[in-house]
Formats: sequence, structure tokens, C-alpha cells
Amino acid sequence: MLEYTTIINNDYHYVINSIVQNFPCISIILSFLSGIFCAALKSKGAKKLCFFNLTVGFALSLATLIYCLKVGDYYIYMMGHFPAPFGNEIRVGVLEALMATSFTLVMMLSLMGGLKHIYHDVLPDKQEYYFLMMTLLYTSLIALIYTNDLFTAYVFVEINTLTACAIVMLKHSKETLVATARYLMMSLLGSGLFLIGISILYDITGHLLMSNIKEGVQNLVATGRYTFPLEMIICLFAIGLGIKSALYPFHSWLPDAHGQSTSASSAVLSGLVLKGYIILLIKLVYRVFGFNVINNSKVLNILFVFGILAMTIGSIKAINERDLKKMIAYSSVAQIGYIYMGIGLGNELGMVAACLQILVHAFTKPMLFNTAGAFMDTANGSRKFKDLKGAARKNMYAGIAFAVGAFSMIGIPLFGGFVVKYNLAIAALNNPSKAVIALLALIISTVLNAIYYVPALMVLFKKDDSTKKIVVIPDKKDLGFIISNGIFIICNFILGIMSSYFIKLIIDGLKVFS
Amino acid sequence: MVSRLFTNYYETVSIIIFGIGFVTLLLNRNIIKKIIGFNFMDTAIYLFLASKGYITGRIAPILLEKLGDTNLAGYQAGTAVPNVQNYINPVPSGLVLTGIVVSVSFTAFFLALAVRLYREYKTLDMHEIISIMNREENKE
Repeated sequence: MLEYTTIINNDYHYVINSIVQNFPCISIILSFLSGIFCAALKSKGAKKLCFFNLTVGFALSLATLIYCLKVGDYYIYMMGHFPAPFGNEIRVGVLEALMATSFTLVMMLSLMGGLKHIYHDVLPDKQEYYFLMMTLLYTSLIALIYTNDLFTAYVFVEINTLTACAIVMLKHSKETLVATARYLMMSLLGSGLFLIGISILYDITGHLLMSNIKEGVQNLVATGRYTFPLEMIICLFAIGLGIKSALYPFHSWLPDAHGQSTSASSAVLSGLVLKGYIILLIKLVYRVFGFNVINNSKVLNILFVFGILAMTIGSIKAINERDLKKMIAYSSVAQIGYIYMGIGLGNELGMVAACLQILVHAFTKPMLFNTAGAFMDTANGSRKFKDLKGAARKNMYAGIAFAVGAFSMIGIPLFGGFVVKYNLAIAALNNPSKAVIALLALIISTVLNAIYYVPALMVLFKKDDSTKKIVVIPDKKDLGFIISNGIFIICNFILGIMSSYFIKLIIDGLKVFS
Repeated sequence: MVSRLFTNYYETVSIIIFGIGFVTLLLNRNIIKKIIGFNFMDTAIYLFLASKGYITGRIAPILLEKLGDTNLAGYQAGTAVPNVQNYINPVPSGLVLTGIVVSVSFTAFFLALAVRLYREYKTLDMHEIISIMNREENKE
């Protein structure tokens, strides 16, 4: 005990000298408390508390981000005052603060944009539970981003899964039950693999804190012991988190879960929930195993191949889809493929592009799902393209937002999606063995993206000649929807035009990440 | 290689049970059997963790004022045992406890879902439920 205390006294990363350094911990605890209180309130009060919590969370994470940028280094915050190998701790750097800030913003905007549909789709006596689940989902996401302990990460992965399934199920319909059952089943398989991976890793290293595990793993690799279990563990983690983040061969649950749920749920699920697991995977790569160990194992090649398959086959499935929300959901599969391809390239630039894609996709997909919900209002809730003819003309705000999102996903310059593809291409050129395949996949996937987004836009903006009566008249003055989409559009342009600033942030963040 | 499997028989058994649970959860058509498979899978992990934390001949890490008549080597009855060397590793037990909480809540959630699915579709067969759902979707 004594020697560890001296280590900590000598490590300046443990020094807490600013009140801002408490903010990540405060935001996690605050969200937990608000979640508990949401259960006791009525629907209106729960909504207010949820938004209050998100606003405070946003302010706190923004302050943390500014502090981290000023200091330019990470710091470690002890949860419970037990020193390193025993206690639990959170670790905050530029990348974590950046992700937490943008995730909070996206969460707030998605809820704001889909609020009308939440009141429409969720039974009145269950609406407070919806906000309860959203608050807990938010807690688990930021805790996943900040934590430095592998088992805590597992617990929050499980909370994330449970709440994500619950927000799918809370839409009152028969189909969501089936979608939830499939989602839950696949998620449980993924978390089972993840948990057994943690158990074996604990077995051979004897630690649960990520930094300590890394020491143990590097030691094992240097002495050449336990090479087979180590590779097994890396595979278990990659497949477990791959299932949960809908990597291509394990994506079968995604279109149903994202397509059937209410628009705010779909927005949060595809924008944030999938990303939480990927951030955990990046953390595992950098902080638990070390980049060299992962690079020497073959798992990056597997992720690379799966990523490329996701990019192409996800898009082909989207082309065949006649259902607007399911098409956007399949597009998510393809976009997740980009992230995994970036990770699979196995160099620093690929990882930067992957992190950038996490941000861009988080700011684009929720907008697409929310606008899809608005289009469905013009067609009596139908999601089929044949009923949605001319929907964008009936709701012009949604039309503009959908067009921006679609252009970003296709990868037209000035939009976020283009920057990601550009950076992925540069990263691919730096890895000669994978360059040709990666570039080909990028080209094919871009063409395929255009093949399904452009016709969708054409259908939505076509003049509707039929004299079908609209029963549910779209609420054009839905202020929350307009504001949220406005901010989403602005964020998309910021990510597209000022991308060099964000890339610098991510590079700085990754430097202090390991 | 094979002899190692017998030396570490706890791990072997737990991985086999994990595999049984995993396949049941993935492939079985009945939702209740799926839930049972999930519980098999998690229990196997607890067995693995518990066997990893156990050290032969040591006792649970509870600070005893009086040892009673347990016959630990080197310790007489009636003396306090503050020494770390007498205890098993308590961390895996803590992990198992957390894991049990997680798996119980998931089981409850899954069972509630099964009840609602049965109420809507009058069957617990996942394939049948999906085919009923597709039929209803095509009818519209």
C-alpha cells in the first residue's frame, strides 16, 4: 500500500488543483440522481429534469474540454480515494472531453427534435420512464467515455444495453417487441463475450484498472508468456463489441431496432449508443493492450475486412430497402463500417479518421432520423417510399435538413462526410498493404451511398399529384424540431469546413489517450 | 495440451458451460430457453471467476476476532487473523456479485418482454413470431 501511495504522490496526473477537474465526476453522479428522480415525477416534470440534466451536463463537459485544452494533458481522478491498483478512477483528456461534450449536445438535440413523436408514440403513463431511460442512457455513455476501469466499463455497457432496449420497447406497438427481443438477444451475446474476455484478462494480469493491465500485458508480451490467451482475449473483445456496435456480419438486429422505434430513440441509438462501444474499443486498443500489441495480432485485419464488407453490403441492402427509416438504418451499418475500416488500417491517421467519423456520424444520423419522423407525419405514419412522395415539400424545414444530412453521408465537399472520406483515403495511402482495397472500397461505397440517397431525395422532393388526404397534418411550427435541425446543420458545416481544427483536437487527444 | 485441460478443470468446465449457454441463446427458438441459456452463460463466467479467486487452503477475507476451530496451518484457535496470507483473493467475488446483479436485471427484463410477446402473438417461438410479423406487414 505504502509504495503505491508514493508513486501517486510523484505522479502529477493525480494532482487536483482546479475545481473543473471535479466536473466529470459531478456530471455522472448528477445524471444518476436525476434518473432516479425522473421515476418519481410525472411526464412533464421528468422531461424538464431530463433537459435540465443534459444542459448542466453540457456546460460541465464544455468546461472540462476547455480546461483540458488549456492544460494539454490528461488527469486522473480517484473515485473513492483508494490509490491506483485498488481503487476506481476516471481519466480525462482532450478526446474524452470532446466526445462527452458532443454526445451531450447530440443527445439534447435528438430529444428536442423528436419530442413530439415521443408524446405521440409512447403511452401517456409511461412517458416519464422514457425520460428516465434516456437520462440513464446518457449517464452510461459519459461514464463509458471517462472510466479508466475495465469492470466499471462492463457495468456501464450493460446499463447502456438495458436502457437502449427499453427505449426501443417503449414505443407502443407489436413490432417493437420483436425488434427489442432480437436486439436484446444479440446484445447479451456480445456482453457475454466481453465479460469472459475481462475475466480471462484479469486472470492473466491480475488488474482491472486499464493502465495497470497495460503494464501487465506489455510485460507478458516482452517475456512471451500467455500469447494464445492474449490473442483470444483481443478477439473476444473485438467480436463482443462488434456485435454490440452492429459490425457487418452481426448487424441483423439493427435495421429492426432502429427502424421500428420512435424517431428520438432511433436518433440516439444510431448516433450515440453504437459509438459508446466503439470508443470503448479504441480505449482497449490504446490503453489496455497498447497499439503495438493490437497491431501484432491479426484482429485488426479482421476488423478491416468486416468494415469493408459493412461499407459495401450495408449500402447494397439500403438500396433494396423500400422503407425510409430502414434505409437510414442500413446506412448506419455502412457508416459504422467506415469507423471499423479506420481502426483496421492500423495507423495513427486511420484512428484519427475513425474518431472524426464518430463525431460526423453522431451529428448527421440523428438529424436524418428526426426528419424521417417528420416526413412520416405527412403520410399518416407510413414509412414506405411510395407514400412519402413529395413529403419534403409539405415540410420544407425537414426537407432541407434531410438534404444536408444526405449530402454529408454521400461525401460532398463542405460537409462532414467528405472530410472523413478524405482522411480515410490519406490514412489508407500510409498503409501500402491495405491501400488498394481501402481506396476501392471508399470509391464503391461513395457511389453506392449516392445511389440510394439521391433517389430518396428525388422521391421526397417530387411534386405530389395524388389527391390523398393527409390525416395527421405536419406541425410546421414545431419549434424544437426546427431549432434542433438548425443546430445540427450548423454543426455539420462546422465539422466540414473547420475540420482541421477538430483533427488537431483528436490528434492531441490521442497523444495523451494511451 | 490435453493434460492441461484436466489440471485446470474448473476453467474447462466453465468454458464448456459458457459455450452451451451461448449456443442456446443464439440458436434456440424458444424465448424461455433463450433466457435459460443466457443464465447458463453468465453462471459459467461466475464459476470461472470464483475458481480464479480461490487459493487452496485459505479462507474468505473476513476479519475474524476469533478463528474458532478452523485448522489453518500456523494459526491456533482464538487468535486474530490480520495476515493477508490467510485470505483468498476477494476481488473476483466482488466481480461475481456485480455480475449477478446485472444478470438478474437482464433476466427480469427479458422475462417481462417474453410475457408481452406471448400476449401479442400467442406463442413463444421466435421464428413463428417473426413470420407472423412479416405476414402482417405484407398484408398492409
